[in-house]
Amino acid sequence: MDQSSSLKFLGSWADSHTHRVRLALKLKGLVFEYQEEDSANPSSALLLHNPIYKKVPALLHDGRPVVESLVILQYIDETWTDNPIMHADPFERAIVRFWCHFADDKLGPAVGLVFSSAGEGQKAAVDQVHENLKLLERELRDGAFKGRRFFGGDNIGLLDIVLGCGSYWLAVFEEVMEVKLVDPDTFPLFHAWLRDFEEQKEVKETIPPIDKLLEYARGIRQMMLSLSTDTTTATTIGAPATGSTTSNNDAAVEEIGLLQESLVL
Amino acid sequence: MGEVDTKGVVLLDFWVSPFGQRCRIALAEKGVEYEYREEENLLGDKSPLLLESNPVHKKVPVLIHDGKAVCESLIIVQYIDESWPHRAPLLPADPYARAHARFWADFIDKKIYECGTRLWKLKGEGHSAAKEEFTGILKLLEGELGDKKYFAGDAFGFVDVALVPFVCWFYSFETYAGFSIEELAPKLVAWGKRCMERESVAKTLSDPHKVFEFVGVLKKRFGVE
Repeated sequence: MDQSSSLKFLGSWADSHTHRVRLALKLKGLVFEYQEEDSANPSSALLLHNPIYKKVPALLHDGRPVVESLVILQYIDETWTDNPIMHADPFERAIVRFWCHFADDKLGPAVGLVFSSAGEGQKAAVDQVHENLKLLERELRDGAFKGRRFFGGDNIGLLDIVLGCGSYWLAVFEEVMEVKLVDPDTFPLFHAWLRDFEEQKEVKETIPPIDKLLEYARGIRQMMLSLSTDTTTATTIGAPATGSTTSNNDAAVEEIGLLQESLVL
Repeated sequence: MGEVDTKGVVLLDFWVSPFGQRCRIALAEKGVEYEYREEENLLGDKSPLLLESNPVHKKVPVLIHDGKAVCESLIIVQYIDESWPHRAPLLPADPYARAHARFWADFIDKKIYECGTRLWKLKGEGHSAAKEEFTGILKLLEGELGDKKYFAGDAFGFVDVALVPFVCWFYSFETYAGFSIEELAPKLVAWGKRCMERESVAKTLSDPHKVFEFVGVLKKRFGVE
């Protein structure tokens, strides 16, 4: 499809919501200009175009901003209608939206909590991730997505993009924290879907190299551990060491908070 | 979300739920006949139909259309809009206007009820923070509405449906916050009154004093003084 309009996209290289938008633009064969944003130091453009949340991603189409990744993805799909990522059927659309919300409201935060906790708190977070994955596995096995290669059917759809761009953190956290999140025996269908998704050409071109992600995650984890007083019993790392709330500590904690936000699915 | 054994359109709901009310307003705007089923014991045991149709969250509202369950109020409203497209369209046709509407409906969904709840649940610093935050939310909405009749312009639509059930909660929010919403956001209050002139809204919203009583019940349940 001829693209005569201009597209600019503000994102952050390690942010999974940024990857969602990048992947959707690629799947639609769209040309765009990209601007890298530092989440701790948003540019004046980002503050102008996303004054309420001040976060990436932000899409500018002929200068008009669209923000919030799920809103952006549906906007892209409705504006450039070749290679649709949403089904036309209202019930199918409702199911996809439901599981997109589940990814953002339940699974993502649970995965984020695995990363930001230790000891008993981390064990509880891992259990929560497993509970959430069980629900998805069930839906793949017996429910709405039964028999499908991707959540969208034969091709990648909105839910694949939302779940897939972020699921790479599962493997990264498994390695950095030495926890088991996606056991192929317990979640065979989810595991198979994820491997298939990650093999797709456009996905490979979107997701950063695993070693870069590992290095990034290790760095943040190290910062978190060095801030906490007791790593064996602390449930949430990143809280300032008690009795020493220096301004350096506060700034570091804030930095970690911002980085953590960009890590969730 | 699953398949359950019902025909036609059934709405599982709770009388005072603003989320359920969004769905009732959308159905009324579209002139869709449906069976309303009250989830009697929302604060206690959930009904078998609720557990079967929303096994993931076990929450109302749930819309069941010829046996297929749709969950989450804004998802339900979009489903209603897409299933009965020929009357009273709630989302505009233009993709940018749709994106704008989805953004604001999502903002309302994320902010109003959660912040409003902190107004009656918390004391001291938590309460002050909630009061300040809620004031900020009202001002943003006031700014977004501006001098328009409805949020999207002349036509009653998605953002109006997302927000209007909270109008009958204004009295409770004001009382617990100790501010006047009329003073902070007069255009919003005028918009609320305009919406109440629509039959779909007038027949759906609860009496603000009944909402206030209900908040009292919730406070007791959560052990808040």
